[in-house]
Amino acid sequence: MTVTSPTGADVSTEVPLKRRLRRAERTRQVKALALVAPLLVFLLFTFAGPITGMLWRAVDDREVRQVLPHTIAALADWNGKDLPDEKAYAALASDIQAARAAGTIAIAAKRLNYALNGFRTILTSTSRNLKAMPQAGTAKETLGKINPAWRERSTWTTIKDAGGPVTGFYLLAALDLTRNADGAVVAAPPDQAIYREVFTRTFVISLSVTILCLILGFPVAYLLATLPPVRSNLLMIFVLLPFWTSLLVRTCAWIVLLQSKGVVNDSLLWLGIIDAPLRLIYNRFGVCVAMTHVLLPFMILPLYSSMKAISPAYMRAATSLGAPPLTAFLRIYLPQTLPGIGAGSLLVFILALGYYITPALVGGAADQMISYFIALYTTETANWGLASALGAVLLLATLLLALVYGRLVQGQQVTGGMKN
Amino acid sequence: MSDHSSLRTPSQRIAWTATLIVSTLVFIFLIAPILAIMPLSFSSGSYLTYPLPGLSLRWYDDFINSPRWMNSLKNSMIIGIASTLLSMVLGTLAALGLAQWKSRFKPLVLAFVLSPVVVPGVITAVGLYFFFAPIGLTGSYVGLILAHTALATPFVVITVGATLQSFDTNLARAAASLGASPIYAFRRVILPLILPGLASGALFAFATSFDEVVIVLFMAGPEQRTLPREMFSGIRENISPTITAAAVILTTVSIILLATLEALRRRNERLKGGGA
Repeated sequence: MTVTSPTGADVSTEVPLKRRLRRAERTRQVKALALVAPLLVFLLFTFAGPITGMLWRAVDDREVRQVLPHTIAALADWNGKDLPDEKAYAALASDIQAARAAGTIAIAAKRLNYALNGFRTILTSTSRNLKAMPQAGTAKETLGKINPAWRERSTWTTIKDAGGPVTGFYLLAALDLTRNADGAVVAAPPDQAIYREVFTRTFVISLSVTILCLILGFPVAYLLATLPPVRSNLLMIFVLLPFWTSLLVRTCAWIVLLQSKGVVNDSLLWLGIIDAPLRLIYNRFGVCVAMTHVLLPFMILPLYSSMKAISPAYMRAATSLGAPPLTAFLRIYLPQTLPGIGAGSLLVFILALGYYITPALVGGAADQMISYFIALYTTETANWGLASALGAVLLLATLLLALVYGRLVQGQQVTGGMKN
Repeated sequence: MSDHSSLRTPSQRIAWTATLIVSTLVFIFLIAPILAIMPLSFSSGSYLTYPLPGLSLRWYDDFINSPRWMNSLKNSMIIGIASTLLSMVLGTLAALGLAQWKSRFKPLVLAFVLSPVVVPGVITAVGLYFFFAPIGLTGSYVGLILAHTALATPFVVITVGATLQSFDTNLARAAASLGASPIYAFRRVILPLILPGLASGALFAFATSFDEVVIVLFMAGPEQRTLPREMFSGIRENISPTITAAAVILTTVSIILLATLEALRRRNERLKGGGA
């Protein structure tokens, strides 16, 4: 350690000291970063990488290009207005021959069928009937004879559009949009246009659950914040125990309670309030009840901590100045709980948006949220492009809301720090 | 006396009574389903309804003698403990680093580290499914442990980070000035002080893995099915009382975790109170 003389600022020793301090600080920072690095690398591999991969799949479109490479190349300079020329037909014929030998026809057929219903049949029938490579100059005629669809312009625009290597097809489909033969973005055919409804449903369920949580959570948070700590700590168990109980247990419990021969229906029948069991589950009601139960603690806890920070002196001051209790509550107390209401509501809404297990188990077919369709297209139908595109939309919505939430909570911490 | 006993006007008293009534109903709403399911697991009949025809332990017997359920319990334990250990190492190191690191990128890095909590489970699961399948990590314990570690580590970073924030860095400096090597100082000075924080982090991590089902749904083969995953199939197929026995076992684990956490929090508060 260098000791500077207390008598005066010696320039020659002070500068190196400053530099040494800076260097020490830099080493400290490098060491700190080295401690964080393993987690960052780990998350890159187990989290960021996989999600980026999923986002890439939403625009990746190389299947058709791999199976029909010459056709895609031949269509590159096609104007898209008339039928393509003989060169493209010959390329398609040779691609189909090669793909049949390699057994890859189905890969292209599956992708093209997403864009144009019936394309699978066109491709497989052509593959079956194209015995040999047509003679030079007759490819157009031969293919047109095998399947008249090859005389349609839309068949060819579909191939060209699916030529990749990247596409907006899946993202457009996730928003019920598609491109027509002229390349303009138009509404998707009604039998495929289901996702806007699913997104709306996801939004409506999440919003209903958030509002229910707020209505039920506000009085509880108020009670917990007002009671003396000994009693509120005890009551807190009622909030924390469900919070820590497995999601599956709670969902299972609601099924047991609400099913047609369940506890609730049995009790109501026994009491003579109803004559026949009510339908309480496998519908929207069941989904909202179970999700509200699961998410309520996420509303109560932020509300509680924001109410806990409000000094009772404000309310006393308001009443002593002559404000009626309701006015004092609405004008003095409620505005101070707004950050807590905002944080709790956003948290519940964000979590609700991505719900999968609860609606899958207690909802009917008309109550499935967006996550259900993402899971369905991933594991059941293997339409990975569409699953990824729907995932991308959900992820975007979640991250935007999380950003707002982060700002809100950070702001609260700052003002909270200033108040104290 | 508490604040609300000094309520003066009748309208205030009515408002307070209404709060009490509504809160009581909400407390019942929160706790009743969990309490209602428990006695059913001790029923001697096979219908999930009251009144119970008689008491028996047959469904627990069923659980213990079912290789499927016992295997799932074992899997939950293996995956839970392994991902807790891994997330403790990664999360504690990161929390220590973040506490010292000063940079304008810090909020960004922190947001990235915490993002697995916010991103919907299905998205993480689908991403991992695509990413891990080609490298043979789906249908394996390793894949599930890695995935659960990613989900659990944010909780470790938060809890350990919060403990470090209240940690007096002068103690570490004092140790260093008295000649302790960084590792010795960590082991003898820092570690004992942040141990309760580490324990809470570990509990959170374990609970996260123990309760997780979406990723398991996508990635586990028949060999790696966990307890919540087995419950999911059970609820889908038909709800037998064995599921309620499984639910009671899961809830017991949750209560133990919650009680330990509460005890740690109390101890911490007492220590802080003693210091002030």
